[in-house]
Amino acid sequence: MNSTTLTGFVLECSGIRKKFGDLVAVDGVGFHIAPGETYGLLGPNGAGKTTTISIIAGLLERDAGEVSIAGEVMNPQSTAAKRHVGLVPQDLAIYPDLDARENLRFFGKLYGMRGAELNQRVDEVLEIIELRDRASDRSEEYSGGMKRRLNIGIGLLHRPTLLILDEPTVGVDPQSRNAILESVEQLGEQGMAVLYTTHYMEEAERLCDRIGIIDQGTIRAEGTQQELVQLVGQRDRVRLVATGNLTAGAAALGNLADVDESAVTADGIDLIVKAAHNRLPEILAAATRTGVSVAGVDVDTANLEALFLHLTGRALRE
Amino acid sequence: MSTAWTIATKDLRERLRDRSAYIMGIVAPLALALIFGFALNPLKNYEFSATYAVVDLDGSEVSRLFVDDVLRQAPGVEVLQLATTEEGLALVESDGNPFAETEGTTADALYIIPRGFGADVQSEREVDLQVVGNAMAESNAGIAVALAQGYASELTSVRITVATVEGLLQREVDRFTTGLAVLATPYPTTITDISAETKQLDGITFYAAGMAIFFLFFSVQFGVTSLLEERQAGTLSRLLAAPISKRSIITGKLISAFLVGIVSVAVLMIATTLVLDADWGNPVGVALLVVAAVLSAMGITALISSFARTAEQATSMVTVAGVILGFLGGTFFDVAQAGGIVADLRFVSPHAWFMQGLADLSAGDLGVVVVPVLVLLAFGLVTGALGMAGIGKGLRP
Repeated sequence: MNSTTLTGFVLECSGIRKKFGDLVAVDGVGFHIAPGETYGLLGPNGAGKTTTISIIAGLLERDAGEVSIAGEVMNPQSTAAKRHVGLVPQDLAIYPDLDARENLRFFGKLYGMRGAELNQRVDEVLEIIELRDRASDRSEEYSGGMKRRLNIGIGLLHRPTLLILDEPTVGVDPQSRNAILESVEQLGEQGMAVLYTTHYMEEAERLCDRIGIIDQGTIRAEGTQQELVQLVGQRDRVRLVATGNLTAGAAALGNLADVDESAVTADGIDLIVKAAHNRLPEILAAATRTGVSVAGVDVDTANLEALFLHLTGRALRE
Repeated sequence: MSTAWTIATKDLRERLRDRSAYIMGIVAPLALALIFGFALNPLKNYEFSATYAVVDLDGSEVSRLFVDDVLRQAPGVEVLQLATTEEGLALVESDGNPFAETEGTTADALYIIPRGFGADVQSEREVDLQVVGNAMAESNAGIAVALAQGYASELTSVRITVATVEGLLQREVDRFTTGLAVLATPYPTTITDISAETKQLDGITFYAAGMAIFFLFFSVQFGVTSLLEERQAGTLSRLLAAPISKRSIITGKLISAFLVGIVSVAVLMIATTLVLDADWGNPVGVALLVVAAVLSAMGITALISSFARTAEQATSMVTVAGVILGFLGGTFFDVAQAGGIVADLRFVSPHAWFMQGLADLSAGDLGVVVVPVLVLLAFGLVTGALGMAGIGKGLRP
């Protein structure tokens, strides 16, 4: 199923706003995805990623804004728009008492697939997710990685125009994680539009053609990885693994020359610094003076995580 | 409808693989019905019968009335009239061996009506009516004594002498005198109109029906609670993201709950009919009552579950409500016999209407189920509409 609009985009959304009581979960979010493009929503937990994709997938009503999938307006009642979307929820969404084939057949029928078409597509997907040999075993007997693959397979079954994956690698072992990432790369190469949410910078860097950095319900920056990194300039990220009075230390380090950003993290202090290697002795001395005990230092050249720190004043994985 | 059926068949497939469904839907009600049934079966099949010999040495109108109006009117009693005391004693004598082959006719007890019995009774003089029991038929001999005592209580001049041929104990006589004196009542039978209020199922059918409706509430609740389970499992997101309506999802759940309810009751009915000889009554009337009961159970469980946030909460709430309604509705004992407010209050429970419908059906024609069926449907419609409205609003990931 390949459908695009006159503008050429599979997904177009703008001004999405959603409140839960007094909490504004999403405020003015908008972006678009072209066929074959993988778009990443990168942000920490609670940034509004899941609310955004729930609105895009038609699970939630929005308070304001527009969403269209392949030219069809999306809302919870829109069966036409929903036909174009494949959803892979963050948590496993499979029936443990059913085997892989039964799970796939059930969801295929919900999307109107029947008979030979359904059987053939189920076989294809079982091949893609490498579960053909275990297709008749109850999914409750599968390993965590196998369940994750089945979770993705269900989303792929009806050949959606837009595949939405909500943090599909959370809690997955490295081997299965790599397999999932490879699958997503292949889907993009096959022309499927993919919306991928994650808080893992390296996943976004590896998979996504364009990235939207989301925090506190708003898109803070958007573009290709190169475009985003240029926003930070030629600055490096310095991570101090440290203990002591981190708040006072971060404030003191932020006042040093060439230190543009400073933030407390779970295990120390993160800094955005121009030409970090030249400034390291001064940074360490200032940290010691403010009562911070530094156990280790990591220096990363400019990347998305540095950008996130630059944009939000917070580390991506706080 | 096709989508709803797809969801229903998926639910049923899951249900078939869930052992707890068999326990709640079939095993538990069947086991309890069997336990109650086997416990009650001997009483159900018990029919009193006794053979009493009479030697009427008096031959008066009074002695004839005792034989014809007292002994012959007692249910299950066969009377053998003999000419001599020796003939009578020969019928109640035994060798004390209960397994010994008995040749010829025997009697469980012998009444010896002495000469002058009628004249003495009419002149209120004391007279002796002798009962000789058969030691090998202690129970029936005791009842013979009870019959005589009942007669004597009306005629204060008659004294009962109890004797045994071989070892009939007075305590046995006393036991049966107390328990079964009603057989001795010498008054004509009173024909009483039995209204719908007093119709009753036999013991086995009563408990089979009681267990069926009691556990029905637990077996159909999964239709609603499975929506909550789907939300907890994350699969509800997938259902809501699919190009189907919420109504299809709810309808699918209702179809599967309805079918599970019908099948569980049907299995119980067939099993208790075959194993325990339960008499459920006119199949058409029973089918109407069962369908209405299933719908009422679905409605009430939907309403209760609409207040729950998780499947576990819903299960707990339905369990409490099911037990209260079950007891109130008389599924374990006939609360109608308690009288008073309890008897009246039972009709707030659909269980009571189901039980009453079956009871009425056992003694009436098909038309008697109309009211219970309509009331059950009203229960289902009202509670179901309220419950589904609440569930529909809450149908979100």
